Order: sequence, then structure tokens, then C-alpha cells
Amino acid sequence: MLTIQNLHVTVDGKPILRGIDLTVQAGEVHAIMGPNGSGKSTLAHVLAGREGYVVTAGEVIYAGKNLLDMPPEVRAREGVFLAFQYPVEIPGVANIYLLKAALNAIRKHRGEPELDAFDFLALVKAKLKLMEMDQALLYRSVNEGFSGGEKKRNEILQMAVLEPKLAILDETDSGLDIDALKVVADGVEAMRSPQRAIVLVTHYQRLLNYIVPDRVHVLAQGRIAKSGGPELALELESRGYGWVEAQAQAQALSETAGP
Amino acid sequence: MMNVDLYRSQFAQTGPRLVGARLPWLQQARARAFERFAELGFPTLRDEDWKYTSVAALAKRAFKFAPASLNGVSADQVGELALAASHLLVFVNGRHSPGLTRLGRLPRGAEVGSLAAVVGDRPDRIEALLTCDAEAPANGFTALNTAFWADGAYIELAAGCALDEPIHLLFVTTDADLAVQPRNIIRAGVGARVEVIEHYVGANDAGYFTNAVTQIEAGVGATVIHTKLQQEGLRGHHIADIRAEQRQGSRFTSQSFALGGLLSRNDIATRLDAPGCETTLIGLYLAGGRQHMDHHTRIDHLQPNGTSREFYKGVLDGASRAVFNGRVIVHANAQKTDAQQSNRNLLLSDDAEVDTKPQLEIYADDVKCSHGATVGQLDAEQIYYLRSRGVDDASARALLTYAFAADLATRVSCTPLRTRLETLLRGRLPEQVKELL
Repeated sequence: MLTIQNLHVTVDGKPILRGIDLTVQAGEVHAIMGPNGSGKSTLAHVLAGREGYVVTAGEVIYAGKNLLDMPPEVRAREGVFLAFQYPVEIPGVANIYLLKAALNAIRKHRGEPELDAFDFLALVKAKLKLMEMDQALLYRSVNEGFSGGEKKRNEILQMAVLEPKLAILDETDSGLDIDALKVVADGVEAMRSPQRAIVLVTHYQRLLNYIVPDRVHVLAQGRIAKSGGPELALELESRGYGWVEAQAQAQALSETAGP
Repeated sequence: MMNVDLYRSQFAQTGPRLVGARLPWLQQARARAFERFAELGFPTLRDEDWKYTSVAALAKRAFKFAPASLNGVSADQVGELALAASHLLVFVNGRHSPGLTRLGRLPRGAEVGSLAAVVGDRPDRIEALLTCDAEAPANGFTALNTAFWADGAYIELAAGCALDEPIHLLFVTTDADLAVQPRNIIRAGVGARVEVIEHYVGANDAGYFTNAVTQIEAGVGATVIHTKLQQEGLRGHHIADIRAEQRQGSRFTSQSFALGGLLSRNDIATRLDAPGCETTLIGLYLAGGRQHMDHHTRIDHLQPNGTSREFYKGVLDGASRAVFNGRVIVHANAQKTDAQQSNRNLLLSDDAEVDTKPQLEIYADDVKCSHGATVGQLDAEQIYYLRSRGVDDASARALLTYAFAADLATRVSCTPLRTRLETLLRGRLPEQVKELL
């Protein structure tokens, strides 16, 4: 589903990602963990297509296509979805309009007919129930005046309606109380499917108590410093990130020093 | 340069045919106003209030003041422009058209009709209002209107009279080179309530000139809501002076929506000349191409415990230009005044320009006042967020621009008017975005 090879990215001339290699198969859930500033969010936004990132080397193949060649909207229509760490407020655009616009853009891209108003509403209502969200939120402006928890739920609601092939969740657990975390995690868990790949970007292990990943990767110094099974997340929880960072640093030094 | 002789010969010709020619006081007021106009001429960039708005092109043209045809507009055309559930008063090329006017049942105490008719029937009612600025007009435009006004609306509500449905004043101009000089009077007695929509539309291929004066009196505890909907033809010029006098505890709301015209200027002023008055001024200007739109507002807080809220937004595209000058004066006696003003502008093109100037002058010490102005582009994060959901770049920009502007429409309480505004704003969207809303 997703193959990232030797991805190097700079922001304002500063290297942030320094050779990421990652393969995620359909049906898998991968967690990308790491300390603050390790490049986790950069990786998520590079995949979604935000401007301002310069790819200096490497490539990203998504479903057999070069992902980095596509503008953000085409990536979305091809089935890539990023749940934002900080969902953007859009005053004056009702939540339901965005959902409808997004879903129809994707359906049109796939050559499917647009959903009529009745079927669309039925679909959205079912997903609202799953996310334990009030229907009134549909008619409010996108994320405007939403609490932190409501914003995160709204991201997962969009994901549930759009049914992406590749879902990337950027720190979706941050700022959630334990009840909201449970709802969000259940929402993500319900999306797990053999046809879908899910990438969870997170600083803490606690989300992984609810969504058990197939693979865990630790990002440090702009690279994947360590990969393992779900037990790696538990080890990080007890030992912190220091030891992985130290290893990554040592490796980076030995490379700079040369043979 | 303005050709004074041209105006003088037209005044000599047209003057005797204007309404009220047999009333000595009105004839004298017109003559005095014309002399003031001849002295003042049109404003120039040297006038502080006209620094960013040049009327040189308008001043050079030779507009016609002679009465024009009433026949250029069909009942079907008017039907499309009429607002639902409203009293409709139609003026064609500046003259009242009884045939196209559709007034519903009016409550006792409500008088709605043409100003020309009132001049004929009960001139004493309006003498003061029509002579007040003959000597000292605000500028050449108001002097010109006082000299040449041909007709307009007269709306008067007796004490306690409340009109549930709005009054829609529709001014349609079809003739090229015509100078249309409307004069409107709105008077709400003690505790009365009235909503008036002053709506201008015109043919796109006619380079005419509208120069309107609207005088409003909000009596003790009265509520007056005035809306200017400016949809002049794209070669039309629109100059307007709207001024209100507020009595104790009155509420005045002014809503200005500028969409059309090559050049438009609205001067909107209100005087809170008694304690406990409330004023709300909102406005939206949408300019594109080479359009120029200017709003000058002035709120005079003269007495204590007044509240004013002002909120204007502008969207500028192409090589258009807009001016917002919002003056709020809190006089020494106006303690406990609460005044807020905000002006936000969205520039969609590198060639568009806006000059915004909030002007807060405070001479009292116990007041709460704030103002702010912003000029910016669409938010890159919002565009990215929408694109990350599958909405293309152009649609995302159109949607965000619509949302920015439609915010003003949602503040309009009158349903048929709000619906019309939303339709007009949606009409500017590309097809694929219209489907979303």
C-alpha cells in the first residue's frame, strides 16, 4: 500500500527527515512514535501534501503511484486521509458541506455517482452515532468553537465517512480525556480492515492500549531508529526515548566520520 | 473639470418643471442649493474626505437632468427584483412608477408613498428637511441633490406604529447619461418600527449617475432598520448620503451591501443625540474588475449611555479599489458610551487595493471603545485543510471567499432580504462550488 524509500525532506533549508524507509501493507496498523521534534508530524504532512516541504531525495509509492507528484486533493481522492493534530477552523463553512464536498469529490474521482441527499445523511448519521457526536455539530462551522475533543472526534468522523485506503492519524490522542480517547480509539478500530492501512503517529503509548499496532517504529533524528512489534511501545513507555535517541545519534556520528 | 454652465443651463431648464415649483420656499431652497453647488463643485482629491476617491471622470461627463421615460422596465423585470413579503415602491429613472408599485395593507398610522405626492399634499411636513442643507450642504453632491431632486420615498410612521413587513424601495435606471437624484425621507415616531430596503439596479451598458440623499429620523424608543443594496450597472456611478437622527432609546441599524457600479460612495452618518441610543452599522463591499467602492461612516455619540457596533467587510479582486473610513466621535457629554468598530478586508489579487481608516475620537473619559482593521489574503492552512479532504484549490478558495462574505448576510434578520443576499453571493461562485452549498 505505502512504500517510503530513503525520504529526505527539508523545511526552510533545514533537514527534518533524513532517510526514512517504511513499508505498510494493506490490513496493517503501524505506529510511528518518537520524541518531540523527531519529524513525526513532518512525515504525516509530507504524505498529505502540505506546501513548504522540500523533498531532496527519496520517493513515496502509494498503491503503485508516485504520491509526491500528486497535489493534496488528488491524494485525498486516491484514498489518502490525514487526521490533523490541530484541525483547522473554517468559519462559515458548515461541517456537513465539507463532508459532502469531500465525499462527492472522492466518488467522482472513482467514477461513482454522487450520493443523493437522503443516502448521504443516512451515512453521516450512522457515523455520528459511532463517534457519539451530536447531530447539531453537522450544521456548525467546521471545527469553529469545537472543544479539543470535539475537533479530534470530527477528524475521525470525516475519516469514517470518507473511508480512505490509507489513514494517517497525527497525534489524534493528544489533548483527549480518557472517555474521549476510548471513543476515538473505537472509531479507529472500527476502520481496521484488510483493505486499509492505518498509520498512527503518536508521542505516547496510551492510544496503543486501545489500538494494538502490528508494527511500531521509533523516529529519531529524522530516521526510523528502531522498529519492532507492539512490545516496543511498552518498552518505550517504561524506558523513555533517551536510549533510542542515543543510539541514533551514535549512528549518525559514525556515518559522518566515515569508514 | 466640471462645466458649471452646463449644470446652470440644465437647472434653468429643468428647475421650473421639478416638483414643488409653485412653493416659494422649495424653489428658494433649490436655487440656494444650486448656487452652493456652483461654488463648491464636486469634491477633489484635495478634500480630506475624498482623498482616495476621485470623481474627476464623473465631473467631466455631461449628465442629463431632464425627466426620463417611465417605460423602460417591465412588470416581469420588477417581479424578479421584488423581495418576498414586502411592500414595493418602484422608481424608474428616478421617477415614481405607480403602475409598478405594489403596496400591501398598511397599518393605521403608516404613510408610504412618493415624496413628490407629499410635496403636493402637505408640504409643511417636510419643509425643514428639504431646506436644512440648502445653505451648508456637506459637499457638492448633497447640494446638487437638494437643487435637482425629482422624487423619492416618503415613509412616516405615527407613534406606536410597527410595520411587520419591510418596505422595498426599488430604483431602476435604464437610460444612459441620466442624472438620477432621489431624495428619501424615513420618519419613525415614538416607539414605531420600520425596515426599509433602498435598492438600486441599473442597465449594465448605461453610464448614468445616481446621487441619492436619504434622511432618517428615529423617534423616542423607535426602531429603524435601513438597508442599502447597491447593484448599479457596471458603468453606473452611485453617490449616496444617508443620515440619521436618533432620539432617546432609539435603535438604528444600517446595512450596506455594495455589489455593482463602476464608482460608488456611501456616506452613512448617525447622531445619537439623546441618552440610551443603540446603533449598528454593518456593510459588505465586493469589488472586482476596475470597480471603486467607498464607504465613509460617521457615528456621533452626543449623549450618555449610547452603544454602537460597526462591522464592515470587503472582498477585492481584479484591479478594484475600496475605501473604508469609519469615524466614531464620542463627545464630551457622552459618558458610558460603548463603541466597537471592525473592518476586515480580503484581497484576492495583487492589483486590488484597499484603504482602511478607523477614526476614533474620544472626548469623554468614562467610555468603552475599540476598533480594528485588517487586510489580508485567504488563509493557507484553511486552503490546505480543504484540499486534504479532496476539494480542489480553486473551489477551496471560492468556498472560503464565499464564507467570508456570507458572514455579513447571515447577520441580516429580515428573511427575504437575507435569502436574496445569499442568492446574490452564491451567484458569484463557480458551478462546482454552488453544488456544495
